[in-house]
Amino acid sequence: MTTEFRQRRGRGRVTKDILRNGDVLSAAALAALGVYVFAEAWSWPYYNEDGPGPGFFPVWYGVVMVVLSLALIAMTIAKLPRAETPDWQGISRALITWAAFAISAALMGWLGFLVSFALLTFFMITYVFRQPAVTAGVAAVIAAAAFYLVFPFALSVPLPTGVFGF
Amino acid sequence: MDVLNGLLHGFAVALQPTNLFWCFVGCFLGTVVGILPGLGPAATIALLLPLTFKMDPAGGIIMLAGIYYGAKYGGSTTSILLNIPGESSSVVTCIDGHAMAKNGRAGPALGIAAIASFVAGTFGILALTLLAPPVASFALQFSSPEYFALMCLGLALVVLLSGPSLIKGLMSLFLGLWLTSIGTDLFSAQARFVFGQSELLGGMDFVVVAIGVFAIAEVLASIDGGEKARMLPVPKGVRNLLPSWEELKACRFAFINGSVTGFIIGVLPGAGSAISSFIAYGIEKAFSKHPEKFGHGVPEGVAAPEGANNSDSGGALVPLLTLGIPGGGTTAIMLSALVLWGVRPGPLLMTESPDVFWGLVASMYIGNVVLLILNLPMVPVFAQILRMPVHVLFPVILGISLVGAYGVGGRLFDVGLLVGFGLLGYTMVKLKYPTAPLILGFVLGDAMERALRQSLTMSQGDLGILVRGWISATMLACAVLILLLPLLGRFNKARVQAIAEGG
Repeated sequence: MTTEFRQRRGRGRVTKDILRNGDVLSAAALAALGVYVFAEAWSWPYYNEDGPGPGFFPVWYGVVMVVLSLALIAMTIAKLPRAETPDWQGISRALITWAAFAISAALMGWLGFLVSFALLTFFMITYVFRQPAVTAGVAAVIAAAAFYLVFPFALSVPLPTGVFGF
Repeated sequence: MDVLNGLLHGFAVALQPTNLFWCFVGCFLGTVVGILPGLGPAATIALLLPLTFKMDPAGGIIMLAGIYYGAKYGGSTTSILLNIPGESSSVVTCIDGHAMAKNGRAGPALGIAAIASFVAGTFGILALTLLAPPVASFALQFSSPEYFALMCLGLALVVLLSGPSLIKGLMSLFLGLWLTSIGTDLFSAQARFVFGQSELLGGMDFVVVAIGVFAIAEVLASIDGGEKARMLPVPKGVRNLLPSWEELKACRFAFINGSVTGFIIGVLPGAGSAISSFIAYGIEKAFSKHPEKFGHGVPEGVAAPEGANNSDSGGALVPLLTLGIPGGGTTAIMLSALVLWGVRPGPLLMTESPDVFWGLVASMYIGNVVLLILNLPMVPVFAQILRMPVHVLFPVILGISLVGAYGVGGRLFDVGLLVGFGLLGYTMVKLKYPTAPLILGFVLGDAMERALRQSLTMSQGDLGILVRGWISATMLACAVLILLLPLLGRFNKARVQAIAEGG
């Protein structure tokens, strides 16, 4: 990033851009992971009478992870691009889907696969894809029934069962 | 077993009714997956892997390979009709394929894509048949230092070609190395990075990681993108799909170019079929008498990239089967599948498991014929798949992912991991971190650490053992050179352009 560009944007804005930059944030997270890997591996035998110990390999890649992350942060700050506005609508649609998927996975132990999967399908079709509730309901029931017929029934692949017994 | 006897034995295996059936199933699923944007062969193979645990290894690998090369046939249909690549290897086909379709030549464009895929695909398998035995016998000289050096070389190439940022490629690789070291160290029984969770003592299952990083991430990225396109009509009847004599004549060089370029690039780990199709297209345009027509619907612009991405499949199987080194995400999953079935890919595969090796090679000849039939007269039928609403498709993919993760060990803990890896994969896609190095790091990390530790045990800690033999020294020197290449401005510009245009 040029000095002129930095001056134009102002110091406060540049700091804000750095802290919002995905590359800087991800590299910082990876640097933290590298430090954790190194610290954990350092507590295990690095070398013993049989040869390299369990700490040998992770110590080295932990160090390399930290070095690479810091390099990525430095390179990103050096040529900080103009802040692009992310497509928050698209991202929130994907994250809501992921959250629904996570909740459905968490409910699987209690409700069983078929019910939690039908709920996930219903939610995705109505909320994420904005389709009528009737369409979503029919699709959810058919999809869950198809999964039952294909996996436990035809292929003998067990699915988690819940309080309803299926 | 020489090549001819091996191939005859392979045909005896591949022509067994059950294996023929699995070959057809693989090719069929591959075509479907290739046509569907948002679901790639890596994700599909990862999803289906748990269902193949009880299968015979020969039948299982025949089916998975069918999905792998079948997807490349099917990918062109979406590129030509929708201008959206059904698969990353079909990105370049969009340029002239869709232009031909808009000019009212959709049928011949689909026909040329199928014929080029068949010609180059068959060339790739022929080259695999002839090249694999000498490569395997050469690899018999390898011991731990050579294997460590080979993995370094393969991973360096993967990192170089996986994305524009070398650092992000390396970070992805190291993340894979870390994930694979979670669990109990087999040398010392030391529990590593298990966070007090007894479920992690046995390590994380590859299937869970692969489904999360590929399938879930692809679904989330597609929902994020939310793009829609208008499909051009598919001409009915085989006659309307056949290119004219002039068009076929114009594609003569493109068939050869696609075949040879695709195979050579395919052998290189990391390059992948997206890059091979881009390079074949570039060569075609550079040597053409009318380069200015490229981009406006020339048949050579369809034949060269489609040929290259199919010949690439044969090339990619050379290092996988003879050295046990996968070159990309899909072949990494195929390696894991072979290991799960108790088959060890590498120089001894041909002698220890001739049914698997030669059966697979022979099945690919058959699969190419099956795919030609599926992709010429049947293409209007397959094109109907594009009418399947995504609001039904995506929940089904998520459901199959849940079943796949649970099916690995019958534990809800794996389902929880799947959810985490799905978010990781999506975050990587959004932040432009390539996912292939992570998967390869995960698959090869364990073997790489073992090879390094065995080498140092053999030499009593002397690192010089890694460069004492000429083979390992050459490979390590190449790996270092490869990682230094992006420092050359002009080379890096060409590399970044190739990756960007290759998808």
